[in-house]
Amino acid sequence: MKALAVAPVFIPLITLLIGIMLRPYHQQVKVVSLVGAALLTLVGIRLVALANADVVLAVQLGGWEAPYGITVIIDRLSAAMVAITGIIGLAAALYGLVREGNPDVLRNFHIFLHGLLAGVCGAFITGDVFNLYVWFEVLLIGSFALIALGGGRRRLSGTMTYVVLNLLATLVFLLSAGLIYSSTGTLNMGELGLIFRAGEAPPAATLAVVMMLVSFAIKAALFPVFGWLPASYHVAWTPVSALFAGLLTKVGVYAMIRIVTLVWPEYGQAHEVLLWVACATMLVGVLGAAAQNEVRRILSFHIVSQVGYMILGLALASPLAIAGAVFYLIHHIVVKANLFFIGGIAARMTGSERLAAMGGLYAKAPWLAILFAIPALSLAGIPPLSGFWAKFVLVKASLADGFWWAAGVALLTGIFTLLSMSKIWNETFLKAHPQGEKAIRIDDEMRWGWWAISGLAAMTVLIGIGAGPVMEYAIAAAGQLADPVVYFQAITHPGGR
Amino acid sequence: MEWLAALTAGGLAGIGMWLLLDRNLIRVVLGVAILGNAINLGVLASGRFAGSEAAFVTATTVPSDPANALPQALVLTAIVIGFGLFAFALAVLKSVRESHGVTTTDRVTEITEEPAPDIEEVGLQIHQDDADHHHDAEEVRQ
Repeated sequence: MKALAVAPVFIPLITLLIGIMLRPYHQQVKVVSLVGAALLTLVGIRLVALANADVVLAVQLGGWEAPYGITVIIDRLSAAMVAITGIIGLAAALYGLVREGNPDVLRNFHIFLHGLLAGVCGAFITGDVFNLYVWFEVLLIGSFALIALGGGRRRLSGTMTYVVLNLLATLVFLLSAGLIYSSTGTLNMGELGLIFRAGEAPPAATLAVVMMLVSFAIKAALFPVFGWLPASYHVAWTPVSALFAGLLTKVGVYAMIRIVTLVWPEYGQAHEVLLWVACATMLVGVLGAAAQNEVRRILSFHIVSQVGYMILGLALASPLAIAGAVFYLIHHIVVKANLFFIGGIAARMTGSERLAAMGGLYAKAPWLAILFAIPALSLAGIPPLSGFWAKFVLVKASLADGFWWAAGVALLTGIFTLLSMSKIWNETFLKAHPQGEKAIRIDDEMRWGWWAISGLAAMTVLIGIGAGPVMEYAIAAAGQLADPVVYFQAITHPGGR
Repeated sequence: MEWLAALTAGGLAGIGMWLLLDRNLIRVVLGVAILGNAINLGVLASGRFAGSEAAFVTATTVPSDPANALPQALVLTAIVIGFGLFAFALAVLKSVRESHGVTTTDRVTEITEEPAPDIEEVGLQIHQDDADHHHDAEEVRQ
């Protein structure tokens, strides 16, 4: 059990090490990378199965008992996030089998990918505030290496923006972790939750938690601190963009959900602020997207807008709303990463990712059009796809609590999202290619990418059709978040069970 | 002692923020480093400066007046990580400077906002556009 609990971190780390050692052997590195990502997915699925059977893995690392040692806790939310991380990692590794550009750079992609996955999984399974900071840094250094991959002036400039603003956010997080320790004397999330729930938190601790939420808000790209995301995501190589779009902002969202549900389980002032922030994020993101005319830039702004939905669920704080946020998180990671992958394939076929220079794909590659339509319609919330259920639950929860205006913003954002998606659809698929049909390149090189996007699209459809079980899982996860017995047990009964 | 640490951390953070707001990217990166050190000092001070001995327990001796070891461990971790990230930021800065000469924040934003080049750079090509390079180099001279 102990090995299984730390496997989500150790599998990518070991894969990373093997990848570094096998550096000169490009093919072997790719195989190792695929195997590592597949193993991570399997471990994630096993964790989900365990969590679904109400087993919560809690392990104390380093031979120290909680709250002094480092706690690893995997509840339903963490297990689902690890599984999804594995799936997106696998899709990125598959897409990365393409041969283009410099082979050394391609090989490095497969190595750094696992550094990123280790950081992301570590952030999902840790139960310690400082440890969370360390995993944030691990995923940051992985993402730095990935975003700069391939070089080029535009990419390096985007990297610079990304590096500086993310470093700043992480520094704020470090400071807030120090302040939390200085005001409460603990870094263990469970103990922190107990102190806050008992109403024993000093004002300085509340301030420190708010500061921490600000740094998570930068990571999650919430209004008004989202500027770095659309300024940098579109410069990276396609599978890197897709990985970032799927996972990175969602680590911030996950951390917010984790901390807010632990320390403030009831609707309060902080939730009210979050509610306004969520609505502003949804609207600003989707309006920003309307002004863009490149595939990945449009999609980048939609990440911002979609994160708003998850925070809306968190802000409402009712069990249904939290369940909606968890469902949205699961659905969104799959859909968003897939749209970036498809955008990359479309760009490769048409020779550009500027909408004006694309076109003609509906005639030449109808399957790609269908594969695009699935996540695009899901993102906008068209039934019976996964996005519809996610939005339905959130709107229902808003109305149930009397926040009709928040429900209105959510629905309006859905309409604008549909407009944006139809813009990509018209320009990329329906319109004739400006240089004629012959300009469209169809080659066999993307076959692995096709597997990745088909698999993710199938998942979107499955989550849509099988929304019942997924929603039940999300509701149970929300129940665990509202009443985190295990988090508290991990302190009183060290050693886990 | 805490007040001295607090004042120093505050002063360093002020300098760091001031540098961060500069247009020159070199100053921005230095600002991140200084701000990082201010925060490290703050984290160290969060454990208070009570205790005069290293909290090092051996089989025979237990320190009578141990210092708080936890923030020391935290700050050590943060320093190591911060150093690594700072080195990476400097490396990126160097590449940015080499690829287009200019290191002002405005110029970097401008380049990021340029329309996407055709498929060559969507992929993983590493060759620079020489024409752009010369263009930027001229700008430096002006």
